[in-house]
Amino acid sequence: MARAVVTVPAQAKRGEIVEIKTLAQHAMETGFRRTQTGDLIPRDIIRRFTCTYNGVEVYRADLQPAIAANPLIAFTTVATESGTLSFHWAGDNGYTVTEIAPIRVE
Amino acid sequence: MTTRREFLVLAAASLAAPATVEAQIDPNLAANRKAAFHAALRKIVGDAQVQRGKVKLQLPPLIDNGNSVPLSVTVESPMTEADHVKAIHVLTEKNPLPDVVSVALGPRAGRATLATRVRLADTQTVTAIAQMSDGSFWSDGAEVVVTLSACLEEGLI
Repeated sequence: MARAVVTVPAQAKRGEIVEIKTLAQHAMETGFRRTQTGDLIPRDIIRRFTCTYNGVEVYRADLQPAIAANPLIAFTTVATESGTLSFHWAGDNGYTVTEIAPIRVE
Repeated sequence: MTTRREFLVLAAASLAAPATVEAQIDPNLAANRKAAFHAALRKIVGDAQVQRGKVKLQLPPLIDNGNSVPLSVTVESPMTEADHVKAIHVLTEKNPLPDVVSVALGPRAGRATLATRVRLADTQTVTAIAQMSDGSFWSDGAEVVVTLSACLEEGLI
């Protein structure tokens, strides 16, 4: 199960700085933990988060095992034009999630 | 039937066992982590000087549970095409891996901010470094006291 939640204001004034919050459902297994029998649990994390605004990348984060489970990433962007914000998470074991949010700019 | 000699050998072996377990904890752990931190820092900044200021790293001073620690970084910058923040990096001194997160951004971000939740293995100083469009590096550090480590096995120093 791979799910993600994003919070984007539905509309904004042109040039306004809007706050965006994203949350992805992921255990972010560090690769440093062991089972009770002493076996190392393999790493399974989200490696990269990207946010594109009408196809242009505005924010990118490279995550490490030190990011807590269910990674929250909050940032800002300038509302330049109406369109869509696309959020993409990619990680180990072929994990990919894409979420899209529309924004109306007046 | 266990002879007295066999018993003594077994008893001696069982007493010696805990010593070998202790020996498995690397005595150079602290030094290795410090070296890893400096290697990670050099990888980001190269030979450039890192100046204090412009960056504001916010972390709670005392944390009960290192598994999820709210962290936010704000960098003072007009975020224009000519003068903006290119990247924000967060590093730790005592986590098993020094890198925490690296962010790439530009004038389209509007403000140079990052808010996330991190794992901390021990009481330590967390460092945030910002790379400006002119190539300069600015940093800020925050001391954090962690009462429950995020990764207990690795956090025992």
